[in-house]
Amino acid sequence: MAYKIIVSQCTACGACEFECPNAAISTKRGNYVINAALCTECEGHFPAAQCAAVCPVPDTCVKV
Amino acid sequence: MAQIITLESLLAPAADPASGCTASACGSQQGPAGMAADVWERVKDHPCYAEEAHHYFARMHVAVAPACNIQCNYCNRKYDCANESRPGVVSEKLTPDQAVRKIIAVANSVPQLSVLGVAGPGDAVYDWRHTAETFRRVQAAIPDLRLCISTNGLALPDHIDAIAAMGIDHVTITINFIDPEIGARIHPWIFHNHQRFTGIEAARILHERQMLGLEMLVARGILAKINSVMIPGVNDAHLVEVNRVVTQKGAFLHNIMPLISDPAHGTAFGLSGQRGPTPAELKTLQDSLAGGANLMRHCRQCRADAVGLLGEDRGQEFNLDQLPAETAYDPAPRATYRELVAETRGEHAAHREAARDDLAAVDAPAVLVAIATRGGGRINQHFGHAQEFQVYEVSPDGIRFIGHRRVEQYCQSGWGEDATLDGVLAALAGVACVLVAKIGDCPRNSLTGAGIEASQDHAYDWIESGIAAWYAQRYRSTVRLTA
Ligand code: SF4
Ligand code: SF4
Ligand code: SF4
Repeated sequence: MAYKIIVSQCTACGACEFECPNAAISTKRGNYVINAALCTECEGHFPAAQCAAVCPVPDTCVKV
Repeated sequence: MAQIITLESLLAPAADPASGCTASACGSQQGPAGMAADVWERVKDHPCYAEEAHHYFARMHVAVAPACNIQCNYCNRKYDCANESRPGVVSEKLTPDQAVRKIIAVANSVPQLSVLGVAGPGDAVYDWRHTAETFRRVQAAIPDLRLCISTNGLALPDHIDAIAAMGIDHVTITINFIDPEIGARIHPWIFHNHQRFTGIEAARILHERQMLGLEMLVARGILAKINSVMIPGVNDAHLVEVNRVVTQKGAFLHNIMPLISDPAHGTAFGLSGQRGPTPAELKTLQDSLAGGANLMRHCRQCRADAVGLLGEDRGQEFNLDQLPAETAYDPAPRATYRELVAETRGEHAAHREAARDDLAAVDAPAVLVAIATRGGGRINQHFGHAQEFQVYEVSPDGIRFIGHRRVEQYCQSGWGEDATLDGVLAALAGVACVLVAKIGDCPRNSLTGAGIEASQDHAYDWIESGIAAWYAQRYRSTVRLTA
């Protein structure tokens, strides 16, 4: 399981990239994307998915 | 590209012959009443802090820190951080590398540049990696540029030592509340310690961090300015308490900014129909606070990528695609400009003194006067070219700067459009007279119809001298009529 970013709603602020404990988030051609292979849903690091908790746009970092 | 504003051009065409007063003869520049001399020394070239400096110096903001750790109801993250900027505008987001190129290009062609700020979208302290990298590289290229940052305060205690080590000596914190119940109506959530907090709990944490951050700044001798957004019915009356607390904690300047709210901005307040304050409400609040921390009345809520002097924004001239790939910094233009300003400021101060003496002899009520100026401390702009008017209050006690009234430029192609002239009239509500370099008959008649006098008799005079002369003269004629 992993999270993904709904690109059409993303403001490209980069907060999620900064907070991700697994460096699973990066920019690809100007868009922020989550590498599902690296995403652990923050398990073992934090009780809540960091990207979803920091993202300013509701329902933009969501569970796949 | 528009040409560079030189001091000579600000004086043209009727340049005052040098009055023989040199900067050294006039002594030091007087800061605003109540500002300590050492503080004035540190802020006198900073257009956002020193009221007098905004006639001479320009600031530049770069939007390099887009990530933010809180949500404000007056913010929609598609736009700039409304805590420092005008809401509803989108600034060019830059990487630190692009920002450095842009800053050098601006420094080379805008010699007035004295301050570089990082403002939103985002929080300059939360997104510290980007802010710090930009500052480090700019410091290496242009060591005498002042650096400043603004923040919501939540992450400030985490980076305070890095901020101090970098030599940043001004920090702005946006503080809209002391009472968490009120705060919860303004900031719906925060992200802190890897968790999202909402409601009153979020507001309480934010408040504690803001107070801690403010205390830490003061303890390190870093000047702390406080911005508050005035939201009628939410925190307007409460800002008196905010002013009391931040003053007591050592903030040196408090800036009350009106909420600018529009459904089109897509912010929570915009969509809920929350209105912003009127200029009169803003002034009433500011007047009731005078005596606390110095109030800043000249903040223009610049856009986050603004470049320029006074209300102007030349940011568009320096968009990334217009910049050369490589730019080397040339210190000469800024050095020359600084020498000129040092002389002019002394002369300006002497005229301000003289104006004060003239006024003491007058016996009349306090009135508001609006000025059209392009900078340099003079009445030197055409009415139709003014994008904003500077409003002063004049009374026998002296001349006091009140604030700006922004207007749409009504003179677009030589013909004024009535719709925008209506906007100008609304912006000038309550003003007795407008002093300009020049004004056409048609707008003058409209102004007269609205009960506002317009005069070009004091064109190119110092602002304070012109106001004093107009005031004394108007008062004399009133006496003659009633006698
Ligand atoms: S859920 Fe956690 S691990 Fe996965 S992308 Fe978001 S922050 Fe990274
Ligand atoms: S935090 Fe949200 S808005 Fe910001 S870059 Fe990540 S997905 Fe986009
Ligand atoms: S601090 Fe600035 S960027 Fe962050 S939510 Fe508030 S207004 Fe927006």
